[in-house]
Amino acid sequence: MKTSRKASMIRKQWLLSGVVAFTCLASTAAVSGPIENYAPVTAQRLENPEPSNWMLYRRTYDGHGYSPLDQINTSNVKNLTPVWTFATGVVEGHEAPPIVNNGVMFVATPMGQVIALNAKTGDEYWRYKRQLPDDLFQLHPTSRGVGLWEDKLYLATTDDHVVALDAKTGKVVWDTKVQDYKKGQYMTLMPLTVDGKVIVGGSGGEFGVRGYIAAYDAKDGKELWRTFTIPGEGEPGHDTWQGDDWKNGGGSAWMTGNYDKETKTIYWGVGNAAPWPGETHPGDNLYTSSVLALDPNTGKIKTYHQYHQNDSWDWDEVDAPMLIDLQRDGRNIKSLVHPGRDAIFWILERTPTKINYVAGWPFVSTDVWKGIEPESGKPIVDPAHKPVIGKRVEFCPSLWGGKDWPSAAYSQKTGLVYVPANENFCGGFTGEKVALKPGELWLGTKPEDIGLKTKPGADHFGELQAWDPATGKKVWQHNFPKSQLFGSVTATAGDLIFVGGTNDRNFRAFNAKTGELLWEQKTNSGIMGMPVSYEIDGTQYIAIQSGWGVDAQRIQDALVTNNIGIEANVPQGGVIWVFALKK
Amino acid sequence: MSRASLTTDSSSSENSTEPNAGACAEQTRRTVLLGAIATTACLGCSAHARADEGPPGSDERPQKGDVLVFSEGDKEGKLVTAADLPAGGPPVHAWPKDPKTSVVRSASRLNEILIIRLDPAELDEKTGARAIDGIIAYSAICSHAGCPVTAWVKSDVGDKEVFKCMCHNSEYDPRAGAQVVFGPAPRRLAALPLALADGSLSVAGNFIGKVGGAQPG
Repeated sequence: MKTSRKASMIRKQWLLSGVVAFTCLASTAAVSGPIENYAPVTAQRLENPEPSNWMLYRRTYDGHGYSPLDQINTSNVKNLTPVWTFATGVVEGHEAPPIVNNGVMFVATPMGQVIALNAKTGDEYWRYKRQLPDDLFQLHPTSRGVGLWEDKLYLATTDDHVVALDAKTGKVVWDTKVQDYKKGQYMTLMPLTVDGKVIVGGSGGEFGVRGYIAAYDAKDGKELWRTFTIPGEGEPGHDTWQGDDWKNGGGSAWMTGNYDKETKTIYWGVGNAAPWPGETHPGDNLYTSSVLALDPNTGKIKTYHQYHQNDSWDWDEVDAPMLIDLQRDGRNIKSLVHPGRDAIFWILERTPTKINYVAGWPFVSTDVWKGIEPESGKPIVDPAHKPVIGKRVEFCPSLWGGKDWPSAAYSQKTGLVYVPANENFCGGFTGEKVALKPGELWLGTKPEDIGLKTKPGADHFGELQAWDPATGKKVWQHNFPKSQLFGSVTATAGDLIFVGGTNDRNFRAFNAKTGELLWEQKTNSGIMGMPVSYEIDGTQYIAIQSGWGVDAQRIQDALVTNNIGIEANVPQGGVIWVFALKK
Repeated sequence: MSRASLTTDSSSSENSTEPNAGACAEQTRRTVLLGAIATTACLGCSAHARADEGPPGSDERPQKGDVLVFSEGDKEGKLVTAADLPAGGPPVHAWPKDPKTSVVRSASRLNEILIIRLDPAELDEKTGARAIDGIIAYSAICSHAGCPVTAWVKSDVGDKEVFKCMCHNSEYDPRAGAQVVFGPAPRRLAALPLALADGSLSVAGNFIGKVGGAQPG
């Protein structure tokens, strides 16, 4: 052993570097499965999904978050009642939409867990529990869902693997390492599946990673392409960085992209530059805080639009823009609509070769921007509210922005965009130069220095807003006096808007046309997940995960210290809720 | 600036593929190799080991007789002595070090330790019994999601300074066995018994309590 230690170590390293493992793994606790008569997921089904299903992150590739089902509507939603619930067995933020394919529901939870259920009865088919490494630590302990392709599911894990599961049994089919979790690389997003490719993006902007989007072969997990969100030497856009800043410049891509099936273009949001103070990485810092247009076959960047330059506020713009056909200013616009974390409601035009700025306006109050350059669409920054090294700088909105990652929705029926916004929050910090240590937080400020302040006299924080993107007019707004709003929004053809997101644990339905609150249900925990709708045997269902944590909890902690009368304790622990009309 | 005043109208890829060594036979052999070193019970491909990093012993938990060295700052790698600990905090972040082999046990982040000197009169009975001149040590790994406990700040819910994990705001009171006083952490930090001889600190026994997060991801 003494003489062979080195050789043994080398072999061990080589063996450890093997990262794709096939069906010999046994980390699934199958209970009642397998699923019979599973309906394989095809390109055609994803491009034109049946109204009864919810198979993509926002149900359709255009990212609308809209269900065409209307059995549950404004006239009867008061009769909505729970039909089954299911405890996930874990705490922290339950952010994933329950994915539904022909009566089978797949739910991803924190701790790398996927649960397959009968969507009608709530009976469990199987459960996959990933064995996460003991030394993993997680800033964002969550999962945002499983992607579907043919007879498999795809999970992106917090220890930075993509795992393919047999949809019928939950058994691992392949498991591919993407990056090294020990260096701050991790994933929380729901993979996007397009034409046999499983497309993911990395998290880790707070750890000084260089962000990327990567595609894997749905059949065997082989990596097909990887496109870094920060251009390397010799690539277009590299000159927007100085020195070696690009190597650890952030630009993580931690939310699912949308897809234009006509032009075969993926639109993917990119996060903030790292570390936070822009002074530490001078330049525009492409492609941070941008949307990238990518070819799904090659990963080649077709074009891009940068929402704001030299980010200094932790304003990721990772929530992919919605693809909406707009009638605006007397013409048809193939638009990209993005209510940004930077507080600006962006309307862009997508063309095969370019993304054009169309319009932008603040949807919550901000002191950071003095205006927007009308031709380029570049926002004009007020230097008094841009964080710097060695001096505390305050800015509004807070680092969680006007709208963080929770998704807005677009109703194809009302033509309105529904935004889960936050108002009356400001933030601030003192920038400092800090040496990067791989795998450790790298914010460019002391974590304990980060603040969230409420504006004096504020009478509310969360806002559910309804905007007409064609005119730029706000149609209605519902205020939440005692809570942030930190949950995704879903619209239905029943002229209903479903959203949780508040610290009172309620799940709510609003009239999509008027904003009238029509129904609410107190749940086990706070809701930061995404509502979905589906239909089985002629009955329409609404499903949501209730499970508070991560950034909703962080804002909550800050509110507790700022205000009297704010709900101090939002219990954690995940439960899947499914509702239907009382019969 | 008001929300109304702002309105205006108007690649290449770098590929990297991991080596594909995935076959059941290889997996079995790898599992055997992992068996000697992995701290997790998982034998699937999601198990991860750290034995490929650092010399032997560098990922083992603190052992009785280990000395303690600074894990960060200007004194990184130097021995921690009682004189290095200011009364009332802040804590010193340290690694255990095997005095016989001089191996610093830094290959596992689960080995990082917080050492602090507090007024003995402030310590509860159990903590006081473990303290030496008010010096006590705890795991620096949060029991919630396994983040490092980095801050020594005034509590959100009291007047005293506490250990705080900035990932999810869990707070621990070192005077009371590092019990949780705020945030989502489910249990106290593991304590590490210390010994003091000629001004030098050393480890007097194994961690008391579980090290690491209840829910890592």
